[in-house]
Amino acid sequence: MTKSLNDSVCMAFLVSHPDEVRVVSRRFGQGATNLERYLELDGYKAVRKALSMEPDAIITEVKNSGLRGRGGAGFSTGMKWSFVPKQSAKPKYVLCNGDESEPGTCKDRLIFEHDPHSVIEGVMIAGLAVGARSGYIYIRGEYRYLSVIMQKAIRDAYAKGFLGRNIFGSGRDFDIYWHGGAGAYEVGEESALMESLEGKRGIPRIRPPFPAVVGLWGGPTVINNAETLASVPPIILGGADWYAKIGTPKNGGTRLFCLSGNLAKPGVYELPMGYNLKQMIYDVGGGIPNGRNLKAVVPGGSSTPCLTADEIDVAMDFDSVAKAGSMLGSGGVVVIDDAQCMVKFALRTMKFYQHESCGWCIPCREGTDWLKKTLIRFHAGGGLKKDIDNVQYLSENMLGRTFCPLGDAAAMPTIAFVQKFRREFEDHLEGRPCPFEKEGAVEQLPVFAD
Amino acid sequence: MKFSEEFEARFAEMVTHYPIKRSVLVPTLLYVQDETGFLSDEVIAEIASRLDLTELDVRNVISYYSMLTTKPRGKFNVQVCTNISCMVRGGEDILDHCKKKLGIGNKGTTPDGLFSLEEVECIGACSWAPAAQVNYDFHENLTAEKIDRVLDEYKNKGTQ
Amino acid sequence: MPDVTLTVDGKKVTAPAGTLLIEACKSVGIEVPSFCYYPNFSLQGACRMCLVKIEKMPKLQTACTTVISEGMAVTSDSAEVKQARKGMLELLLGNHPLDCPVCDAGGECELQDMTFSYGAAESKFMEAKNHRDEQQWSPVVYFDRPRCILCYRCVRVCGEGMDVWALGVQNRGVTSIIAPNKGDHLECEECGMCIDICPVGALTSGAYRYKTRPWEMKHVGTICTHCGDGCKTTLGARRSQTGLEIVRGDNRDKSGTNGDFLCIKGRYGFDFAGSEERLKQPLIRKNGRLTPSTWEEAFELVGKKFTEIRDKDGGASIGVIGSTRTTNEEAYLLSKFARTVLKTNNIDHHRTADFPALAAALRGKPEATVSMADVFTAPAILLIGNDPTEQHPLLAWQIRNNVRLHRAKLYVINSGPIKLRRQATSFTQIAPRAEGKLASFLAGDDAASDALSGSGTNNDKEAWIGLRAQLRSEQNLVIIFGSEIRGRAITSLVKFGSSIGGAKFIALADYSNSRGAADMGLYPDLLPGYHPVPISSSPFRDEWGDIPHDVGLDLPGMVEAARASKLKALHVVGSNPIGRLNIDPFVFSKSFVVVQEMFLTETAVIADVVLPADNAYEKSGTITNTCGDVQLLKKAGDISELKSDFEMMVRIADAMGHDIHKLVPFGGGERADVGFSRGAQSGEADRHAVWLEMQGLEPKLSPFDPIAILDEIQRLVPGYDVSRANLVAGNSQHTSLSKAGPSTQQNPELIIPANDNLFTSGTLGRYSRALKSVLESHEIKPAEVAAD
Ligand SMILES: Cc1cc2nc3c(=O)[nH]c(=O)nc-3n(C[C@H](O)[C@H](O)[C@H](O)COP(=O)(O)O)c2cc1C
Ligand code: SF4
Ligand code: FES
Repeated sequence: MTKSLNDSVCMAFLVSHPDEVRVVSRRFGQGATNLERYLELDGYKAVRKALSMEPDAIITEVKNSGLRGRGGAGFSTGMKWSFVPKQSAKPKYVLCNGDESEPGTCKDRLIFEHDPHSVIEGVMIAGLAVGARSGYIYIRGEYRYLSVIMQKAIRDAYAKGFLGRNIFGSGRDFDIYWHGGAGAYEVGEESALMESLEGKRGIPRIRPPFPAVVGLWGGPTVINNAETLASVPPIILGGADWYAKIGTPKNGGTRLFCLSGNLAKPGVYELPMGYNLKQMIYDVGGGIPNGRNLKAVVPGGSSTPCLTADEIDVAMDFDSVAKAGSMLGSGGVVVIDDAQCMVKFALRTMKFYQHESCGWCIPCREGTDWLKKTLIRFHAGGGLKKDIDNVQYLSENMLGRTFCPLGDAAAMPTIAFVQKFRREFEDHLEGRPCPFEKEGAVEQLPVFAD
Repeated sequence: MKFSEEFEARFAEMVTHYPIKRSVLVPTLLYVQDETGFLSDEVIAEIASRLDLTELDVRNVISYYSMLTTKPRGKFNVQVCTNISCMVRGGEDILDHCKKKLGIGNKGTTPDGLFSLEEVECIGACSWAPAAQVNYDFHENLTAEKIDRVLDEYKNKGTQ
Repeated sequence: MPDVTLTVDGKKVTAPAGTLLIEACKSVGIEVPSFCYYPNFSLQGACRMCLVKIEKMPKLQTACTTVISEGMAVTSDSAEVKQARKGMLELLLGNHPLDCPVCDAGGECELQDMTFSYGAAESKFMEAKNHRDEQQWSPVVYFDRPRCILCYRCVRVCGEGMDVWALGVQNRGVTSIIAPNKGDHLECEECGMCIDICPVGALTSGAYRYKTRPWEMKHVGTICTHCGDGCKTTLGARRSQTGLEIVRGDNRDKSGTNGDFLCIKGRYGFDFAGSEERLKQPLIRKNGRLTPSTWEEAFELVGKKFTEIRDKDGGASIGVIGSTRTTNEEAYLLSKFARTVLKTNNIDHHRTADFPALAAALRGKPEATVSMADVFTAPAILLIGNDPTEQHPLLAWQIRNNVRLHRAKLYVINSGPIKLRRQATSFTQIAPRAEGKLASFLAGDDAASDALSGSGTNNDKEAWIGLRAQLRSEQNLVIIFGSEIRGRAITSLVKFGSSIGGAKFIALADYSNSRGAADMGLYPDLLPGYHPVPISSSPFRDEWGDIPHDVGLDLPGMVEAARASKLKALHVVGSNPIGRLNIDPFVFSKSFVVVQEMFLTETAVIADVVLPADNAYEKSGTITNTCGDVQLLKKAGDISELKSDFEMMVRIADAMGHDIHKLVPFGGGERADVGFSRGAQSGEADRHAVWLEMQGLEPKLSPFDPIAILDEIQRLVPGYDVSRANLVAGNSQHTSLSKAGPSTQQNPELIIPANDNLFTSGTLGRYSRALKSVLESHEIKPAEVAAD
């Protein structure tokens, strides 16, 4: 069952736009999975440079670059590294989060596909910075072909002596291992990922202690998103100032934005931090096709609250999007046109979280299920007026009270859907099925008495 | 329980990657499943004993991950994404099309054991939506005609 | 640890650093609700009921995972916090079947209680609930999935607490379930702790399901009558036609030394009491057949025959066999009855440990024994022989959880790979039957090491010497040994212990009151308190008067005497020597045999008179566990036709014309109720009565009042002068052997271990339907099921 029909079916399409600044994607489409080719394209120069630097100097460089986590939360990467204790009785680890499962997000996939060695290099530099001697690259189970690519890259690096004992003749050792998931969004959460890597159910851990202090097998662990780590070698080579200047203050560098949804030219584009969302949609993404109009945008993956058509004049960096009431998240920009039903969109989003909730804590386990059930009925025209408030009430009861952020990820967008598209919810009431659906497309449910 | 040499070699190497043996469990289960089609009681017992776990431990883990299954599936598992990016580009129509074409519902398997169908969550192909995976192969920017071609190709391959 | 001060709802709270916020709140009476938090088990943070507001934190925080810190300002009663709790309950109840009217846990349910407190009764949901049928997981455990709130307590008590790991969590999200280890059923030690710990009615007891409602029962916290560990079990008894029927056993009381623990026998093994096979009427052998009679007729006959035989053939022609399951008062009374009324020292019992040897070795060594509670906190433990998991489940729990929670060092030396080796710092396999040599070796006899490593073990002499050196370095080592160590081996072991400072001892005996039987002098050569016969040199002389001077016959001696037709009468109280000790039933064919029993056992069937007896769940008194902890037994069940062994002995003495005031010092104490137990002053009278009882001064108006004998025991038996108030309050009181009499050497051959396992309990166990059904469902030994 493992074999592909032919290898090409997996290759994702590359796009380009003049506004792109290619840092992470500079080797995309250049054949850099081949180690020789990678070396020609400045490969493993950064790690060699890092080997000659003091760990603190590496951390300072990354801090000054303004690099913030590309996994979703946007935490300063250099800062995160600096939390790892210098001394530790247990081994330290670097963990690359390649679980990429946030709906709307498909960027790590391209990095693994086109530039696996850059991730390896990033992991190594992180390891040198925090004093770890081994790292794991966790790739979601569905990305089997990428696992094959990554495993080969690791093997090639070992063969060259870049990994293992005495790397680059520096007298230091460093090991990197591939690890694979088997289908679970929650496993992308950092502590659940560690559980999964330890061979367990992907249930998050109680914090504190934080992974930087007690992580994998109890050792201090740095966990970063694949894109974050792939951004590190260019920073080491190009310098913090160069990288920082590409973005906006406190938001250094570029981001792989995954443009999807109702766009003429969807695709993954590498744009500077702070790039205007409106421009991203209408210029980079080619605007809304089929003569339709923009209704809403989910700016950073399905867990971020949507922005309405008149809220999109916003700079796409962590701080500006937060100010606009949403989050930059994982870089998945999902564009929704006016042919889409927002109730259905809310339902599909909730269906995802209901399916992916790990079930550990009450509010998320029960809340996502009830929200999904209620939204199904709603969408089918079985809703009551009080259900609109109920959906919001339930979401608010989850928000900030769950064990891990998945509960928030389910609640936040839902609250936004209700608040911003209450009219559409009202259009579904009292036995009126979805006005956006073809007649008979949704099975109509009975209306419950109030 | 006998597995392929390829699996054994991979397993033997992978266990050495971790300070604690059970860590190898999740990827191992997926690799075994690739060979055996599903995780039978026998497979579970074997993996449990190799990793010094109880069978309960292994079952707890299997039931958590959506790609792992203890029930047989078709030779080609057609997984259609209907999550948001795919949905707004017609992912549900693709799923419906597959249902009609294969004559089975969600999580069903064709009588000849060739295909099973599954509606799945985001597979990381959002910018190339709508998308589906057949086993591990991605098929993107799908249309009804394209998925027809894809399924036919698998059918040919499966019945060769 | 230094103390930390914080405020909760404006109240100042001071607690040691490291305390969890939820515990700190509890310490000042602020109840923070929780389902998943359970003391001594791993933290989950899953139920989110314990959310509180902590100043400077943007989100509500879980009190169960937050460690207190200096100056922390906590709010637990704000509108926000209350809404969080209410919201959580609403979500839980959304899928909950709300079948409280038929749920076993109704009235004892934490979900009900919380809903009552936080008011989430109004349902926000109108969708169908997810339903699943109830499942039977074992003869004694049922699972009702929709009621489960996923607090994971059962999973932890089974894994962390019991080291069985038979429960897991499967699936994810809303389909998550608790799953048993064998697909559709459980294979485990059947302790049933998952049922007790379940806050709702998801896990229920096969023995109790749908039987009655909690408020229709009388709940009595008493001591389990199965093994020698002395767990407290809460029995629920309900009115029945014949008295009070026990319908439930559990551990809701939790005030015993067993804390959260209770094993299968303590929980379900009460049902022998309600067995159809219980004897309900005295039986007298007429024309060779046991025929029902009246109590009067039976006592008259026994009294007449015993008197005749004593007066004609002498007391030495009468034998007495006592019980290891009757109360201390009964054992003491039997010892006194035999010697002062029957005038015989021929008295013995089924011995499973050599307490006389331990008493002799520990004489004059204060604080050389420990209680069951101390095992949970001991810094280091040496366990020689026995398999506590099977034979002393509470002891195993104490050891296991001490290791888990306090990192105690555990040294196990055993001839087999017992389950507790999994907790052991060091496990050493010893050749079978070499434990005695081990004691000599530990005491310094190097030559003895040769015998220690038999076939199947691979320890060389060096290893043994290393182990000994390591043990010698342990301060305050608790040495626990099974019946493998007896006689001189005990002397050696105590010698070793004395040489290393602070060592303390526990000898493991098998039955619920084996220790009491020994302490109360059911020996032919020992009076209560290990005072050797003759009485002249013991404190009993003044109170008991004259008794036979010569040492009596032990059990084999009585059998021999019977064979030689010299044993004219045999009085067996609560013991089944023929069934348990392989005695030829025909040897007693010429003796007049009186048996006080619950069932028609192998011994009862050969009797001339069978007197149906109450069991330990149907009477009051005290019993002493194998460590020497005395506890109060409280009457739970009642079958009105029956009598206690105590009363029967008194009545036989009476029928023999003995002055029963000499046997039982009743009638003393303070004034009886002088009439103000009713009316306006009744509360006063109640308090007065309680005070009297606490002081041991309550009137003993009846010759059948065992407390009258307890007075005498406390006066005369060394070590038993424990606080009466504490006993009455239900606490265990440790007795020490250091002041015991000089004791005597016993024939080690007389110790015959009961060899019970988790699911058997001597003769008693055979009459428990629950234990039998579990035994039948288990083809393999329970200790083997858990993961290694
Ligand atoms: C439910 C959930 C799912 C997540 N999934 C991913 C993921 O698939 N990939 C990822 O890199 N981070 C994911 N994260 C974020 C990680 O927890 C973590 O913050 C991140 O890997 C840190 O890396 P960064 O600092 O480089 O962003 C997820 C978080 C949550 C709460
Ligand atoms: S919020 Fe709770 S149930 Fe949801 S994924 Fe996190 S821990 Fe699991
Ligand atoms: S939403 Fe379908 S692949 Fe992401």
